[in-house]
Amino acid sequence: MSGMNKQGRPTSIAVGGSAARETFTGNRALQLEEALVFELDNPGACGVDLDEPTPFTARLGGFERQGRIGLPSVSEPEIVRHYVRLSAKNYSIDAGLYPLGSCTMKHNPRLNEKMARLPGIGDIHPLQPMKTVQGALELMDTLAHWLKELTGMPAVALSPKAGAHGELCGMMAIRAALIARGEDEARSRVLVPESAHGTNPATAALLGYKVESIPVTTEGRVDLAAFKATLGPDVAAIMLTNPNTCGLFERDIIDIADAVHEAGAYFYCDGANFNAIVGRVRPGDLGIDAMHINLHKTFSTPHGGGGPGAGPVVFSAALAPFAPRPYVVHGADGFRLVETAEDAKADGTTPFGRMTAFHGQMGMFVRALAYMMSHGSDGLRQVAEDAVLNANYVLASLKDDLSAPFEGPCMHEALFDDRFLKGTGVETLDFAKAMIDEGYHPMTMYFPLVVHGALLIEPTETESKQAVDLFIATLKDLARAAKSNDKERFTGAPYLSPRRRLDETAAARSPVLRWAPPAPKQAAE
Amino acid sequence: MRYLPLTETDRSEMLGVIGAKSVDELFRDVPERARLAGLVDLPRRQGEMEVDRALSKMAARNVSAGSVPFFVGAGAYRHHVPASVDHLIQRSEFLTSYTPYQPEITQGTLQYLFEFQTQVAMITGMDVANASMYDGSTGCGEAVLMAHRVTKRKKAVLSGTLHPQYAEVVKNLSDFADYELDVMPPALPGRPEDIAAHIADDTSCVVVQSPGFFGELVDLRPIAEAAHAKGALLIAVVPEIVSLGAVTPPGDMGADIVVGEGQSIGNGLNFGGPYVGLFATRQKFVRQMPGRLCGETVDADGKRGFVLTLSTREQHIRREKATSNICTNSGLCCLAFTIHMSLLGEEGYKRLARINHAAAVDLAERLSKVPGVEILNRAFFNEFTMRLPGSAADVVDALADKGVLGGVPVSRLLPGAGFDDLLIVASTEVNTDADRAAFAAALVEVL
Repeated sequence: MSGMNKQGRPTSIAVGGSAARETFTGNRALQLEEALVFELDNPGACGVDLDEPTPFTARLGGFERQGRIGLPSVSEPEIVRHYVRLSAKNYSIDAGLYPLGSCTMKHNPRLNEKMARLPGIGDIHPLQPMKTVQGALELMDTLAHWLKELTGMPAVALSPKAGAHGELCGMMAIRAALIARGEDEARSRVLVPESAHGTNPATAALLGYKVESIPVTTEGRVDLAAFKATLGPDVAAIMLTNPNTCGLFERDIIDIADAVHEAGAYFYCDGANFNAIVGRVRPGDLGIDAMHINLHKTFSTPHGGGGPGAGPVVFSAALAPFAPRPYVVHGADGFRLVETAEDAKADGTTPFGRMTAFHGQMGMFVRALAYMMSHGSDGLRQVAEDAVLNANYVLASLKDDLSAPFEGPCMHEALFDDRFLKGTGVETLDFAKAMIDEGYHPMTMYFPLVVHGALLIEPTETESKQAVDLFIATLKDLARAAKSNDKERFTGAPYLSPRRRLDETAAARSPVLRWAPPAPKQAAE
Repeated sequence: MRYLPLTETDRSEMLGVIGAKSVDELFRDVPERARLAGLVDLPRRQGEMEVDRALSKMAARNVSAGSVPFFVGAGAYRHHVPASVDHLIQRSEFLTSYTPYQPEITQGTLQYLFEFQTQVAMITGMDVANASMYDGSTGCGEAVLMAHRVTKRKKAVLSGTLHPQYAEVVKNLSDFADYELDVMPPALPGRPEDIAAHIADDTSCVVVQSPGFFGELVDLRPIAEAAHAKGALLIAVVPEIVSLGAVTPPGDMGADIVVGEGQSIGNGLNFGGPYVGLFATRQKFVRQMPGRLCGETVDADGKRGFVLTLSTREQHIRREKATSNICTNSGLCCLAFTIHMSLLGEEGYKRLARINHAAAVDLAERLSKVPGVEILNRAFFNEFTMRLPGSAADVVDALADKGVLGGVPVSRLLPGAGFDDLLIVASTEVNTDADRAAFAAALVEVL
């Protein structure tokens, strides 16, 4: 039982890198160790009070469940403490700067949470009579209007559940349009730049397309000449992120769009980085045919530890007729959902199908709309400007301490590579892990793939200059330490977090994906 | 603007460091003709009070489920969520953290995902579960794709028990991914399907829902046997996850993949989303599973910890060769599920299920006494289908006018299919005896 009965015995920093004294409990003041909920099982305890129903004749038809499930029995105070303790092991945007490039970790206003919990929003059923949910349909219609205005696109599908689901929706609309043109067979290729998010090629491949990579120039942008050479009558679409994953605006985007359309193909834009241009540039003016919008990035809905997201897709006039069901229309007797193929036929549209049951992520719609209304047209434009300003400030301040592969200005994120670490024995991963000890969540690492040892920093517009200055000073100090042979600060990092580096190789080699009760003890001899 | 910390002084100082004269200069890579000179045509910024007022006004135009006797189900169910659940999921550390890609500082998220996976595996009777899908319907589509990968076949059979919108999601995905489907007609209670007759040598999987769309419980065992005899998989779909507190889990009846909608535990109705898709399977298929997985490991000091694992299946590593294009899961909804399930525990979960069943049995008894009403189900959990003497949509409309939300007319999801007189109703623990009496009385009046 290492760690016990060692009160007061100092442990040197060098040994195992542990900077703190060992404790009896394994806790370290506010850092509390916590068992799995299954290990808190105390038969007889319960976290809810439910009365047994009065005796009745069951009608389960002989399918009654037999035996124990294995769920633990725990009271409410213990459950509350358990999850509060777990929460304390997480970094969050509310606690500090979260510079994950391409993820747009901005402030999540609590007004949005309050609005999502109004009984008239959170406690309505998707299949209630439409006359009893007119306000909800109005809300969806209003959100659709804002998204169309901000993108300059004539149609939007609200239902996709997340960014990648939106990509799938957009690419399905493209394929539906090609089917309608009788060119589905002929067009089998989708072009994706090397710098793209992994979801882009995965989405295209899911729809049976052959994915082809477009090279990126030394300036970090699509190689226009190489791209034009790849275009042909067998290309269905290009999937491009703009601003791109190097944090740069694709200067040739209008030429790219023209070339795509001339070749009879469609232009899908990954809208993950819309935060950089919202209110300043409308994708519709760039010749884009479909683009998803991550409401959990640009429009501040919380990431929630990995979801739920929401990925509405805006469409050009060419693709609008194929947008999926359901959608909201406004008629003589108020708002109405067009839900079924029969409804759509009566409405005179040709949706390609349905992405999900019900109508999409209403809980995210209301949060995003609250955010948009709070900012307004003027505030949203300021969002893009401040996001770009903060990123350029980081780039300008750190370009001599770290190494930047491309000339600025950047858009909403600043990209660095690992040349500044050359010969130090410190790698991108180590550098990032050392940031954890300094109280920061690391930036996005090793993405985009076109840059060696990439470090992608997106500060967002909700960071103050003071916060960004301290962040910059911290990275300068880390860069100095790496270059001055203070290798241990990095290669063993993090030292101070609730857990140190975790063995991911072992986790994948023999996966343990669920808790199992300990094997029964052998009978005492 | 209250969410933007930079002041004009900050901005000009920062521009100085950058060496730019204005912010416009930073946008110089945008083609000139695409730069908006002015503001988009939308309202200007508003204070918190004004936004609150405007959205509250919209919300007030809706009839909330808690304000009336409420019996609407068909894939989304109103249950009581303990107050501590919503309180805990709003803790900043859960609400405002990202996907746990840095496990050293996201053990909170990773540990609850591990607990979630364990709970889902336990209640479905399966070996392993993933860290959730977007919802039940999209999970159902992913399950079919997974069965195609496992069996290296391309054809799925969809039972008529499947929720019509789930079936549409699967059909949409299958059409675009160039897979085949055999879609069976809606399976009304009392008319057992001959699924075995649809399973052929090229069948990859059969998708069966229990409780079915019409509320009927399905014996999965003979279907599993028939599927396995032909080398096909059984995908069991459970849209009302509370049912598994009372009903034999699909894992005990031979299912190879179980897909569930977890909304009922911990999550509100939210007009259809966000919800949380449950996805469980056998150990031997784990590497063909879509979505995120959390696994146990140790850290550099030998302490137990958790990480995202088997990510070589996923798009950010495998790109076009990934098992799925999915990136996000339904993190916060998983957390709500996990906390609520932990509060319930073994006894609470089972008792909640019994209360639901008792409520539905009581409702069925009351409604069966209404002249002209016929209950079609033999075995059901908390939801059943009844035949009315006229249009169910008209009845639901008239009931709404009387302040009762009385279920889902089948014609809303299956228009023009000859089901205009069928109504699906659900009763859960939130309904009181008085609610059910009010429903029966209102139904007598409108018929």
